[in-house]
Amino acid sequence: MKSFILAAALLPAAAFADINIQRWHTPQGTQVLLVERHENPIVDVEISFKGAGSVFNPDSSTQTAEFTAALLTDGTKSLDEEAFNRRSNDIAADIASSSGQETATVSLRSLSQSTNLTAALALLNESLTAPRFDAAVFARRKQQAVTALKQRETTPDFTAERMFTRLIYPHHPYGNSANITVAGLEKVSLDDIRAFHRSRYAKNNAVIAIVGDVTRIQAEKLAAAALDGLPDTTQTDSRIAPVDKPQARTSEMPFAGEQAHIVLGMPLIQRNDPDYYALVAGNYILGGGGFDSRLMKKLRDEKGYTYGVYSILEPASQAGPLRIEYSTQKKNARASLANARSVIETFIAQGPTEEELKQAKANIVGGFPLRFDSNAKLVKYLSLIGVYNLPDDYLQRYPEAVSKLTVQQIKDAWRRRVNLSDFSTVVVGAE
Amino acid sequence: MYAKFLIPVLCLLAQPVWAQTLSQTLSNGLKVIVKEDRRAPVAVSQLWYKVGSIDEQTGKSGLSHALEHMMFKGTPSVPSGEFSRRVAALGGQNNAYTDRSETVYYEHIAAANLPEVLKLEADRMRNLNFSNRDFLNEMNVIREERRQRTEDSAAGKMWEQVFLSSFTLPAMRASVIGYMQDLHTLKAADLRSWYKQFYAPNNAVLVIVGDVDARATLQTVENLFGNIPAKPLPKRNHLAAEPAERAPAYAETESAVTHRPLVALSFRVPALKQTSERLPYALDVLSDILAGHSSSRLDSRLVRGKQMLLSADTSYDMLSREMPLFSITAMPSENVSPQAALNALRAEIRDIAEHGVSEDELKRVKAWSAAAEVYEKDEMSAQADMMGRLEIRGFSYTDEAEIRRRLQQVSTDDVQQAAKLLTERRSSTVIVFPARQ
Repeated sequence: MKSFILAAALLPAAAFADINIQRWHTPQGTQVLLVERHENPIVDVEISFKGAGSVFNPDSSTQTAEFTAALLTDGTKSLDEEAFNRRSNDIAADIASSSGQETATVSLRSLSQSTNLTAALALLNESLTAPRFDAAVFARRKQQAVTALKQRETTPDFTAERMFTRLIYPHHPYGNSANITVAGLEKVSLDDIRAFHRSRYAKNNAVIAIVGDVTRIQAEKLAAAALDGLPDTTQTDSRIAPVDKPQARTSEMPFAGEQAHIVLGMPLIQRNDPDYYALVAGNYILGGGGFDSRLMKKLRDEKGYTYGVYSILEPASQAGPLRIEYSTQKKNARASLANARSVIETFIAQGPTEEELKQAKANIVGGFPLRFDSNAKLVKYLSLIGVYNLPDDYLQRYPEAVSKLTVQQIKDAWRRRVNLSDFSTVVVGAE
Repeated sequence: MYAKFLIPVLCLLAQPVWAQTLSQTLSNGLKVIVKEDRRAPVAVSQLWYKVGSIDEQTGKSGLSHALEHMMFKGTPSVPSGEFSRRVAALGGQNNAYTDRSETVYYEHIAAANLPEVLKLEADRMRNLNFSNRDFLNEMNVIREERRQRTEDSAAGKMWEQVFLSSFTLPAMRASVIGYMQDLHTLKAADLRSWYKQFYAPNNAVLVIVGDVDARATLQTVENLFGNIPAKPLPKRNHLAAEPAERAPAYAETESAVTHRPLVALSFRVPALKQTSERLPYALDVLSDILAGHSSSRLDSRLVRGKQMLLSADTSYDMLSREMPLFSITAMPSENVSPQAALNALRAEIRDIAEHGVSEDELKRVKAWSAAAEVYEKDEMSAQADMMGRLEIRGFSYTDEAEIRRRLQQVSTDDVQQAAKLLTERRSSTVIVFPARQ
């Protein structure tokens, strides 16, 4: 079986050389990234606005960024909500908008034939430049958001993740999205939303990722047409303050249901972190690598505590979280948590074995082409590269960097950066 | 502005990107389908076994799904845990799922490594040999899976109640994961015997889509699977015993972890048996008219217009082997009772049964389904899913084009006829109430 592993390790350099990213800036400062894929007559477009996510909510207890993004695709000045929906459905265009932490995003999937694409693009442009922000629609959205929040509060994973984010970002805007409350939802006004849209959706903070059946010339026109009519520049600052050194906090909450949901971790990783690859590869071995990971082997395969346990790294402009998460029946909550902590502690102290690192490299490097083997997946990577100013050859550099890592580098990075005594812990369903 | 695109697209279609699909049935009965798709250097393999929860007996529910878990627990040459480790070392992703009528094992991998993955699948098709210790531990994992997905999930509870109240045959009633009491009493021997009965080349379909040479891949499959002997297969449960019409059924629970109640309105309807039928296509289109896109009736009238529902959805699988359900599920808004929500859903069906649908609505659904065919080609696994499902449910993968053509031919009259079929005598209603504190 050894020969397979070698074969996999040799594969990637050749396999990905052909992702040809074309990248340019418009005179107004919009960054555009394009990968032409002409085999299938579809086009995927994702437009991200830097500085329009929940981090930038004017009041950290409200959901202005979230409502603004949601309402963009609820009708325009010339088309009420129903007319807007009918028109996009008539041409089978999937137009959606959402708000993340640092950016807000509007996306489109359309057939590439001109009758469909031209109409889809016109709708996309209208939703960005002339959103209706209809009072009745907003009232309904608000009411639905309140009910949806109450509903999500009855699910253990949402409740645990929200509390975890509050614990690790108590004074940082990365905690804004977790400040969602009924009162906060009700406090937002249409004036807040209009002001947020006016000041944070512009040409110079937009990143447009395009994948599909368009040429460079068509893509240039498409990018210009999509944003035509938006202000040239944003009126606001989108820098984010560094995250404070973590302080361990604990929250145990009673909860209905049979299982406890457990989340633990700390703020850790930046997108341009010097330890990025050492943390990523180490995370695979600790809990990110599914059945390969130490946490899964211990908590599922050896102890039978859980259907699945995962550790996740969420890199951001400033320190994003390392988060470990699983469910288990309530009576096993304490014992499983003790086991999880011991696995983490041992890993930080001793680092990975040579064998584990070899396996992690084989999977991350060998499996890299699977991350963008569809247009839908690739357009997300292009957005990421644009929003975080990653290099054009990021998709080649990533597997190369991972394949060069040593056990010592990983051990060193984890010991310097991760300390179990800094971990915050949430147990929803504590007994 | 974009008129130029049409020309390059047409040229490219002539090139061997979607080059060819080859199919062969080996002498041991294994059906193999290989579709070339050269867009990325990767491949998808799906091995479908014709066995699922509808094949199980009273007291042994959850057997097919439990066996799916044990398929990762070792053969003499690939010890417990090694299957996943080796696929991961090849840079691949793998997993499996069990449904009512099939169990499917899949890998997504760099195309160059496909033969190694197929070798592992061939090995576990006939050499599974798990330990009692692994079995006992894995049953703990499966009970946690049930707690997570059914006991503590309002939607999981709802779907379990939908099947319980819609059918009388035990194998049709039970959920795929099985009743908790059965998950405490299943024996390793039950699983071993299930494996011996149903895991055979003549009870399986292997679908491969990717950057492969179809002819060479068929040869690889023949080399790896060709010497696995066929088996006499057990008779599957007789599922046609239930009449479609009977007194309406009703069930409710007061045990879900939820803020709002959930409602489900389901109807016992026909599946597609011959591609020449009309009604199943019309039911499929009706499902999209009600909830297939953002201007469908339930969204525009009940979620937005009257604001009675927070969300609504429909489901109907016309390719079911057993009698399928046409289901509408919804979460009522604040201050809307489950009964009022159900009445509103029934009124929408009645409206279509009495007044039909407009040509515009029908055109919109057809535009979506034509585009969906193109959008699905973006993902290799979606292409493999369609071929596998057709084969395992009694059709051929070559029927896809005809089925899509007939969906495009559904008329407004057909849709009205389909709505008329959704009568009280075919219905079952489920309400999942929040647990009393």
